[in-house]
Amino acid sequence: MSEPAIRAEKVRVAFAGDRGEIVALDGIDLEVAQGEFTCLLGPSGCGKSTFLNAVAGFTRPTAGRVLALGKEVEAPGPERAMVFQEYALFPWMTVAENVAFGLEQQGLSKEEVARVVAGWLDKLHLRGFGNRFPKDLSGGMRQRVAIARVLAIDPAVLLMDEPFGALDALTRRNLQDELLRIWSGSGKTVLFVTHGIEESLYLSDRVVVMTHRPGRVKRDVRVELPRPRDPSSSEFNELKKEVSALVMEEQARHEEDELLGRSAAGR
Amino acid sequence: MVRRSGRLLKSLLVPALVVAAWDLLARSGAVSPLVLPSPAQVVRRWAAYASPLSPYDPSAESYLAWLASGELWLDSAGSLYRVLGGFLLGTALALPLGLLMGAKGSVNDLLNPVLQVVRPIPPIAFIPLAILWFGLGNPPAFFLIALGAFFPVLVNTIAGVRNVDQIYLRAARNLGAGELTVFRRVMLPGAMPYILAGLRIGIGIAFIVVIVAEMTAVNRGLGYRILEAREYFWSDKIIAGMVSIGLIGLAIDWVMGRVNARLLRWHRGIEG
Repeated sequence: MSEPAIRAEKVRVAFAGDRGEIVALDGIDLEVAQGEFTCLLGPSGCGKSTFLNAVAGFTRPTAGRVLALGKEVEAPGPERAMVFQEYALFPWMTVAENVAFGLEQQGLSKEEVARVVAGWLDKLHLRGFGNRFPKDLSGGMRQRVAIARVLAIDPAVLLMDEPFGALDALTRRNLQDELLRIWSGSGKTVLFVTHGIEESLYLSDRVVVMTHRPGRVKRDVRVELPRPRDPSSSEFNELKKEVSALVMEEQARHEEDELLGRSAAGR
Repeated sequence: MVRRSGRLLKSLLVPALVVAAWDLLARSGAVSPLVLPSPAQVVRRWAAYASPLSPYDPSAESYLAWLASGELWLDSAGSLYRVLGGFLLGTALALPLGLLMGAKGSVNDLLNPVLQVVRPIPPIAFIPLAILWFGLGNPPAFFLIALGAFFPVLVNTIAGVRNVDQIYLRAARNLGAGELTVFRRVMLPGAMPYILAGLRIGIGIAFIVVIVAEMTAVNRGLGYRILEAREYFWSDKIIAGMVSIGLIGLAIDWVMGRVNARLLRWHRGIEG
């Protein structure tokens, strides 16, 4: 357990933009312990999704390196499974086929795949929806399927890119609780990107606040509050005030940039 | 039930008015029946066109074969055979090539210039060359129809593969899929709406080309028949042939529509 699940060493990611190079991330040093629930928090354009993509293996760092479970990340892999904000369910597959997809890549038998799929559909309250197509489901249901699809392949690291950003507040809280329920005791490492301050404090062991472009680590905040957390408690709000102040400084820089026309480029 | 029959009546209203106007015009004597025969005359001619030429002889053939021995059925079957043969040939070439060109930029760069130069040439302009190369009959027709179906299928397949949302490719690789699986289970179904649209356009063009090919290079089929009828001033048979062509085209499009709905039942906005 001494080995960190994720380790970033002086990671820099730069993109070619319309007006020269855009530095999304610069000099990120970060270690995430195994089993830890960590949130990356910051305004849009702080490079938090870029960092997640680098861990997933979708983006290669321009300089520095990312290690996952001790190995340098060179390509996407099922031990670092991603849940996307846009769900990214395959629309031409049914719910059950979507959840089965990753399992089939592991060469499991048909019966075994069916058994695991049924188990995860049950755990995420999707029983009876196996034969539906994604288009027939609500946003919350789709995200449940996406989570089931990823958990089915039992990844050591779970990468979540603003997964609940497009959901209404009640559905979001519901899914946050389910995520915590599934995560607790699973030993899985979760790296969760959000711009929701309350969401980050509600969920995680640790909130990493990032700076506006170029993205750097601004502050690393431990959240020691016992779970289940009460967002209306004074301790929670104390922490929320502190983190809000940090995020708002970066939000101000972000807005200043936008007004000056240095608009946010792609994530 | 009442609403359905009401809608049926409504959809028949305009065609009934058109036929009635046509009938009035033909009866008025303002135009020669050689130019515009009456609807009744066309129907009579159509029935004759569909009827067997010789009386039924049980020793020579079965009753069903005799029933289908009318000129209309033989012409239709011949035209349909050429359409499907040419269409399948063109699709069999265009589909794999389009998938390859869509997925591999290098293949696209290599082949695109040639294809862009050939594409604007209407397949009909190939008729003289087709006759020189393949003579008369089915071979030049297959060539021309395949050519007509080839480009819409190719262009749509390329566009379809390119327009597969990157996020699906990412998700598939993230879940551990190799390149072949990504291609087979993500790119191909993701491109399917475009591919099917291409097939639908392709078979429509194949149907246009078959008629023109039959008027010049085949000497058989529905296209040939209406041209032949013109030689004899059988305007009633020309119209009967045209309506037959229209009905077959409608039937083909209906079948394609069903295939579409079946294969794309996952797609937004398409009812299964």
